[in-house]
This record gives sequence, structure tokens and C-alpha cells, in this order.
Amino acid sequence: MRGLILALAAGLMFGFGLTVSSMINPAKVLAFLDVAGGWDPNLALVMAAAVPVAAAGFALGRRRQAPLAAPAFQPPAARAIDGRLVAGAALFGIGWGLVGYCPGPALAALGVAMADPKGADLVGAPLFILAMLIGMATVAIIDRRVRK
Amino acid sequence: MNGFTPADALMGGALIGAAAAVLWLGLGRIAGISGIVGGLMTAARGDRVWRLAFLAGVMAAPVMYRLAGGPVPTGALGASPTLVIVGGLLVGVGTRLGGGCTSGHGVCGLARLSPRSATATGVFMAVAALTVFLHRHVLGG
Repeated sequence: MRGLILALAAGLMFGFGLTVSSMINPAKVLAFLDVAGGWDPNLALVMAAAVPVAAAGFALGRRRQAPLAAPAFQPPAARAIDGRLVAGAALFGIGWGLVGYCPGPALAALGVAMADPKGADLVGAPLFILAMLIGMATVAIIDRRVRK
Repeated sequence: MNGFTPADALMGGALIGAAAAVLWLGLGRIAGISGIVGGLMTAARGDRVWRLAFLAGVMAAPVMYRLAGGPVPTGALGASPTLVIVGGLLVGVGTRLGGGCTSGHGVCGLARLSPRSATATGVFMAVAALTVFLHRHVLGG
């Protein structure tokens, strides 16, 4: 139960962060990526603040045997820098650049769209998330076949 | 076109970083949205509820913010429905192949000084900027 409350709290903080920083707005994200247009540096500042705060959390974690509400820390198992990593990051970059949504802001925007279905803004979020889930499921299915 | 809002950007970024710290210190998990969503399809049943709780928080936060009277800076999507579908598919496939997105590789990976995440972040940032350049300034989309 304590773990669920912490997960919910972390999700809320994450969502508030995306909202306050305007990263929920795809136009703002595209303005950052548009280096040749009127470049908008906001996303760089979001990262510049997020990374050291997260790093402080990881540093605190190194002093502990286990997290507060789980038996063990679970760092990512994958360490390889390979073709799959680079190809995946490149495909993600194309999709991100075409629409201006990455998964977090798209989900936050979906929340807004669900709460206000008649709102004119963020109408693309449900469609984007649906397509994203299909893309993720495709990889999961292929991975499962390959492993067999 | 949207204005430079450094204080809001730094505040929002700090909140995102703090969220990653809470999820790591509380549950020992990386706050990567694509990994948390993707895990709903692949993880064991007992490993799903915390994911749903976290994602519910991400979705509820802007709604709560708006109800409290805060401005939620939403914006109409510039992309056509076809482009939204293509973009969504690419983001879904790409983040699962590459094992992360802006949050998992970009925020958490860089904070952990992971060379793998630094590589992924460099690639997706550069490719996204190139995509916007081609789309807006070459093809005139």
C-alpha cells in the first residue's frame, strides 16, 4: 500500500512538472526542437533542473540497501550500446519531431482530454496514445516470438 | 512564438527530477514513462499495479492543476491525424526498441551517468531536431 501511494505521488509530481513547465504543450516542445526557427530553450532548462535533482535521489539511494517500499533497487539490466538502441532512439526521434509528443506529455495531455472531452485542445492525444500502444505491443509481440 | 519562461521551466524540471527520486527511493524503479507503460504489456501481474498508480498520477495532475485554477498550457496539435498516427507508432516502436524515452534515458539515465542513455538521448534529440528542420523548413510542412 505504501508503495502504491509513493508511486501515485511520484506520478502526480511528474505530471505537475510537465504542466508547470509547459512540456504538455506539443508546440512548446517543437519550438525547442526547431533549432533553425525561433529556438525556444525551455526544454533544455527543464532537463537542466530535472537531471541534478534526480541525480541527488540516485546518490541517496546508493547509501541504502533497499528502497522504502520494495525489496530491492531495480536498475535497468540493459547496458549495451548497440544497433537496436540507436535504431530505436532514431525512430523515437522521428515520431517525436513529427508531432511534438513524447510518452509523458502525451499521457498528461490524454488526462486533460479525458476530463474535458469537448475541449478543443489536445484532441490528438488519444489518437497518439492509441498508436503508441499499438507500436509498443508490436515490439513486445515480436520480442516474445524471437525469444522462443 | 511561445515565449521564454525560465522560472517555470526550472520549477517544472525540478518537480520531474523529484518525481524520479521518489520513485527510485520509494520503489527502486526508474521513472521512464515508456518503460512503465510498456511493462503493463510484458511484466508479471503483481508488477502492474504500481505502474497504473504512477500513470494515473501523471494523467490526473494537469486536471487537478486546472481545477485549482492554474493555467494548463495546452495547445492545438499542429499535426494532421495521419501524422499523429504515424508519429505515435514510431514513438511506440522506437521507445521499446531503444528501451526508453525522454524521461527514462533523458532524465534518469543522464542522472545515473549511463553511457547507454547518453547515447540514446543524443540520438533522439538530434534526430528529432533534424525531423523538425526537414518538416518545417525543407518540406514546408
